[in-house]
Amino acid sequence: MEKFERLISNYTLLETENIDTDQIIPAVHLKSIERINFGKYLFSNWRNEGKLDEIEWPRNGTTNKVLVAGSNFGCGSSREHAVWALSDYGFKVILSTQIADIFSLNALNNGVLPIKISEELYRHLIKLNNTNCQIEIDLETQEVILDSVGKKEKFKISEFKRECLLNGFDTIDYLVSIYSDIENYEQAR
Amino acid sequence: MKTLVEKIWDNHVVKMLDEKEAVIYIDRHYIHEVTSPQAFDMLKEKGLQVFRPKKTTATVDHNIPTLKQELPIEEKESLKQVEQLRQNCKDFGIELQDLGSKHQGIVHVIGPEMGLTIPGSTIVCGDSHTSTHGAFGTIAFGIGTSEVATVFASQCVIQSKPLTMKIEINGEIGKYVTPKDVVLQVIAKIGTAGATGYFIEFSGNVIQEMSMEGRMTVCNMSIEMGARGGLIAPDEITFSYLEQTDYWKNRVADFQLQKENWKLLKSDQNAEFDRFVTIDATEIQQLMTYGTNPGTGIPIGSLIPNQDGGIDYMQFKQNESMVGIPVDYVFLGSCTNGRIEDLRQFASIVKGKQKAENVTAWIVPGSKQVEEQCRIEGIDIILKNAGFELRQPGCSACLAMNPDKVPTGKLCVSTSNRNFEGRQGKGSRTILASPITAAMCAVAGEIVSYKEFELL
Repeated sequence: MEKFERLISNYTLLETENIDTDQIIPAVHLKSIERINFGKYLFSNWRNEGKLDEIEWPRNGTTNKVLVAGSNFGCGSSREHAVWALSDYGFKVILSTQIADIFSLNALNNGVLPIKISEELYRHLIKLNNTNCQIEIDLETQEVILDSVGKKEKFKISEFKRECLLNGFDTIDYLVSIYSDIENYEQAR
Repeated sequence: MKTLVEKIWDNHVVKMLDEKEAVIYIDRHYIHEVTSPQAFDMLKEKGLQVFRPKKTTATVDHNIPTLKQELPIEEKESLKQVEQLRQNCKDFGIELQDLGSKHQGIVHVIGPEMGLTIPGSTIVCGDSHTSTHGAFGTIAFGIGTSEVATVFASQCVIQSKPLTMKIEINGEIGKYVTPKDVVLQVIAKIGTAGATGYFIEFSGNVIQEMSMEGRMTVCNMSIEMGARGGLIAPDEITFSYLEQTDYWKNRVADFQLQKENWKLLKSDQNAEFDRFVTIDATEIQQLMTYGTNPGTGIPIGSLIPNQDGGIDYMQFKQNESMVGIPVDYVFLGSCTNGRIEDLRQFASIVKGKQKAENVTAWIVPGSKQVEEQCRIEGIDIILKNAGFELRQPGCSACLAMNPDKVPTGKLCVSTSNRNFEGRQGKGSRTILASPITAAMCAVAGEIVSYKEFELL
């Protein structure tokens, strides 16, 4: 997995609440047996219906690495394709006041950071939208930083996943390295 | 003093990583054609074998047609996914309940039917409705494809210990109120993100009196509150269900032995939950959702409240009742309501009546076993005489990955679990309801509760 330490980027705002994974990527696009090229299907129904601004949501992906979204982002189905689509489109960080559990883990397993932020910071980001404000994400110190307005907020993610992301480690490699522990557990039952 | 969730959790910790996170051993892994191919690839890329192939069971359900299953699948991409699963199962030594086999069906219907979902165990599947299996007193939850790969590689996942919530539902249940209405009421109360981070234990006399089918319906929709999962302590109803499954029928002595252990699976009397919610069952009515999230359930006939739950998309108006709105489609099926009890309830309503002409109905059994049971009980004939057709098992119009798609703008009364925008086909409008309500609407051709239905 790619390392993640620090990132500075503009952001895209999607003020809708309860954005479910069926919106992120509709089920008809889950028929590929590969993990690549899902970005073109990101929010495909909304984009096709003109619900998303074409300038803000370019056809071929975004240079904004941060998506700021309404509460309960990623609810619904466990499809990891939702994360593959967001990541392929260009997003590496999701900021929301609530992020669904399965989606969060899927994101972390793909080097995408799901960050739960305060309602206050979310309101602030809505206000600052379209002001070319940059967000800094520091995984080492676990902080979201808005330098231009002197704002900082701590966040928390799983310590194991943080180590994985900082070092580019992989969960499978770790689990394979503890096979003897797993076998001992099986025998002790 | 421990909750049942804590007991099962602690029993499956292979190794603690810190205070909260642990390597958790998985007793049963279910897979299907849509979320597994990339997981097998991850395994292949690392040159690994499936660590414990006997603990994984596969089926095809998500994208298969529900008619003419004996013929080759017409949709090329769907066929490719199914064929990929066949090849992977063969290469890695995994048992597959393929099309045509006795136990093929929706992954969350067949696991319990086969007797593979057993109390006290940990269960995962690359599908959010894995919470269904919690009805047997298990820790069961959905995972993404990367975690499917970690289970293949090690029979383990890395997860943080969940918070616990107890939901107690007590009181007398009203006329035509089913487990689906109960769970829709719970979601409306808790909210679609209200249980994020929590594992729920359902309890109370309403739950205790429910059949296993009903309990599965309730646990199935835990995820619609954002919960990590939902479970119910096993009891005699659980044990007699399991006793009749193929697996345990042939292991009578072992079953009796296991049963003694399973009886101990309950939360300690004074165990502390992080959150406690009570629901008064006498208030639960026949429910229906009006919006585009499962938390928008209201009694049929009551006015759509003044709130934004997606009523513009649904083409409904606030302060109006849904009763009398014409229905285009009715879907009976899914891992929420595709079990034999659901088919029985649907049939009991439509028996001797006729499907309304304006309604297209898809009646889809959750598994081959349910389909077979329908034939044994003559449910297929009752349906046929009423103008319905019993199709073949699969996920079908719940997520419309197969040809069963609700066209743009059409309104569907569905027994499935999600009414998200476009869930049943691009532009489709979904109302979630119970099998009984779906049956009444199919006959009436419009939205009705039992009050209007009885006057027909």
